[in-house]
Amino acid sequence: MKKADKFVKNAAGRIVPTIINGKEVIPFQGINKYRPTHKGAAPRVPTCIDYPADGNKSVKSLKEALIKSGIKDGMTISTHHHYRNGDYISNLVFDIAAEMGIKNLRWVPSAAFPCHKPIIKHLESGVVHHIEGSLNGPLGDFCSHGKMAGLGYLRSHGGRYRAIADGELHIDIAVMCASAADMMGNANGVLGKHPFGPMAFTKADVKYADRTIVVTDSLIEFPCYPWEIMGNDVDFVVTVDEIGDPQKIVSGTTRITKSPDRLLIAEYIAKFVDAAGILQNGMNFQAGAGGTSLAFVHFIKEMMQERGIKARSMIGGSTKFLVDMMQEGLTDYIFDGQTFGLEAIDSLRDNPNHIPIGIFEIYDFHAKGNLARMMDVIVLGSTEVDVNFNANCVSHSDGRMLHGIGGFQNCMLAKCTIIAVPSFRDRIPVIKDEVTTLVAPGELVDVIVTERGICINPLRKDLIEATKNSGLPLRDINDLKKEVDEICGVPNRPKLSDEAVAVVEWIDGTILDTIRKVEA
Amino acid sequence: MDKIGIAGNYGIDIRSDCKATIELKKSGGLKIELISKLKAYFGDKIEALIKDELKFFGIKNAKFKLEDSGALDFVIAARIEAAVKKVIASDKDYLLKIIPQNTDQSGKERPRRSRLYLPGNTPKLSLNAGIHKPDCIILDLEDSVAPDKKMEAAILVRNTLRSVNFYGAERAVRINQLPVGLQDMEHVVPASVNLILIPKAETVEQIKAVQEKITQIQKAQKLKYQIWLMPIIESALGVINSYKIAACENVIALAIGLEDYTADIGTQRTAKGTESLFARTQVVNSAKAAKIQAIDSVFSDVNDMDALKQNVLTSKALGFDGMGCIHPRQIKVIHENFAPDKAELEKAQKIVDAFEAAKEKGLGVVSLGSKMIDPPVVKRAIQTLEMAKLRGEL
Repeated sequence: MKKADKFVKNAAGRIVPTIINGKEVIPFQGINKYRPTHKGAAPRVPTCIDYPADGNKSVKSLKEALIKSGIKDGMTISTHHHYRNGDYISNLVFDIAAEMGIKNLRWVPSAAFPCHKPIIKHLESGVVHHIEGSLNGPLGDFCSHGKMAGLGYLRSHGGRYRAIADGELHIDIAVMCASAADMMGNANGVLGKHPFGPMAFTKADVKYADRTIVVTDSLIEFPCYPWEIMGNDVDFVVTVDEIGDPQKIVSGTTRITKSPDRLLIAEYIAKFVDAAGILQNGMNFQAGAGGTSLAFVHFIKEMMQERGIKARSMIGGSTKFLVDMMQEGLTDYIFDGQTFGLEAIDSLRDNPNHIPIGIFEIYDFHAKGNLARMMDVIVLGSTEVDVNFNANCVSHSDGRMLHGIGGFQNCMLAKCTIIAVPSFRDRIPVIKDEVTTLVAPGELVDVIVTERGICINPLRKDLIEATKNSGLPLRDINDLKKEVDEICGVPNRPKLSDEAVAVVEWIDGTILDTIRKVEA
Repeated sequence: MDKIGIAGNYGIDIRSDCKATIELKKSGGLKIELISKLKAYFGDKIEALIKDELKFFGIKNAKFKLEDSGALDFVIAARIEAAVKKVIASDKDYLLKIIPQNTDQSGKERPRRSRLYLPGNTPKLSLNAGIHKPDCIILDLEDSVAPDKKMEAAILVRNTLRSVNFYGAERAVRINQLPVGLQDMEHVVPASVNLILIPKAETVEQIKAVQEKITQIQKAQKLKYQIWLMPIIESALGVINSYKIAACENVIALAIGLEDYTADIGTQRTAKGTESLFARTQVVNSAKAAKIQAIDSVFSDVNDMDALKQNVLTSKALGFDGMGCIHPRQIKVIHENFAPDKAELEKAQKIVDAFEAAKEKGLGVVSLGSKMIDPPVVKRAIQTLEMAKLRGEL
């Protein structure tokens, strides 16, 4: 079986395969051009008499749970990433599979992190055939060099939910860690010894997987409530010593940047949002963790305080910073898909206006309305952009995979999507003629803000008109590119092989771009 | 043993810099090694630059290594030149083309509210300094440069002056204390610098020596542009001589440096600044007597913007026209608080209006109500309005 076959040029002008890992796929057709009409996935139908009458589904070990779940060659196993770079459980699953001599598993994490480097040995030995999910750090490097047996498959958070719910991505066994659970499998991320927050990334897995295993390090008495995972959906409960290292959830993303250049970018964004008329009572906006994003919220907060403006909602990654804003009356609600820090977890658990949300509600293309579309403004980071406002967040300019897509593509649906980037990094211009990997088509990127000026997408005549007398450094993106090229010099385009190693899926399930093998 | 020359910096935390190492050999030609994560993007260009520069200095047999972490050409060229000059004697300078933005001259009375100090040997900090819009950018060769790095810093500063766009900020260099500072000037004066800061200024002779050096270099190289001087008063003797220093040719501002001054008078610098009140007022008075600008010391706590604001307000009240800063985020606070308040702006506008009216009527004397307005007052009012325009208030 070829990893990828029958390449065609898609509507974005990118050459993409129509057969991936043996399955037929549809090339990108254009924004909002493709609507599937089939019915979605149907979950396995269980029967309560097959489960213990006392509700106790505890088994002794993860190995026993995997055996009882019927683990075998070629299965698909999912895990979630709420423990981010501190996750112990994903590695444990495949260590056990290796010990049992199982081969050709497909791992579909909601995201992978550098802590998952040990999976490489299982990819090399054939325990894991390939990964569908984010490929970054050491795993990204491994895949970029063409060493993975199957083709990598990058989906956005919303796209992953969609693929599972549409029946394209069937999960045999979902292994879901929880900071607290009871013997029936009711579980959450806000109780127990190492709480981590909401469990947004578990919803599709628990609903559609054939078997669901809950792994916890704090088994508490029935009922474990709130039950973000309901025991009715769970097959087995496993207690381990530690599900992860909570210190590594944060990884430096929850402090406002100290870099003067990044602060300048954040300040420009805040002033732009004001000039564009977005900053007003009742606004809804995404206020992510991450240095520049958080700095933007810091400047917006000052403006809100000065003028007595109150938002209706903010979407986290929530942090102490957002919680303080809600407590100071600057927003009515926080919608939270991921929490950083104990203050935010306390707020999520105790404040009814701090609402945990699932990926379906916020991002899914097949939801009957989604929150991202309702957001007045969303600020995102990016590895590269181009003069046509296309954006890349997964690969470096040398083609090497760096990051997962996360919610990047899903956020493109917001009313105003702003990309915050430095104009160059270590002599490498960030504004290109053409992005190395297309992750977000330019027609959805409204504004690009750099430390050297603000570029508005010519399609957004309304934003251009609203901000033309703002005194902000508004720039033509071609002029800005020219200035940066004069500073850095024009870099050579690194040579990439023709061999495909991964694909980027668009939020509707079509194939947007191909990632090629890195030669060096 | 073969002679080895090393210049620049390379390491895990260092960005936008590089380290050049050259080992002269008797034979065997050039062996060039390039270590750079940007090799795929710029490797051929960097290697061409290395070859051209080594050829320029007549190096035929050597082992040369460049360890790069994203340095721009002007940095690479400076590091190569410094390494070469550690192994051979040469009066040649390897000069890249000067960018057109860096050939303008600065006016004597241009605003100098903020002067941002950048360590002269840290290229990363200079690349984006101008986008934060300080009135003046100072590439420092004195306190922020280690004694064994002075030569390579001077070469880097020269290249920075020629190659980095400061987006309208005045291009300044703080040279070392004399007599070492006179050698710095060989690099700096021909590089289209606008302003030279003279540290530890104590006597008229020092200022004259600097001016003579400028004249001598400019004459030899047929350079005509204006270079201004800003002596920094940092000692008890300097304070006493401050008026004579201020009155020297081409001195356009007098700055005060309080860390050294307080040490010199045997006390500690405090937040309140009582210990330096005499020196500060004396420097302001001397500057104003010589009709030049008075510039306050730097405020070094970069995290305390409220204290900075108080400091600026005090400074302004004492008569200073600007102050030093060491972090770009301080610039905005300094500009905002040196700016005239509403009452000052209204008064300035009235004076300028009266001046315009008098000019229209062909009157030689400007009056506002029953008061006569002297020309310097009009000039000051025009400056006040210009500063407000700079901040986008008018």
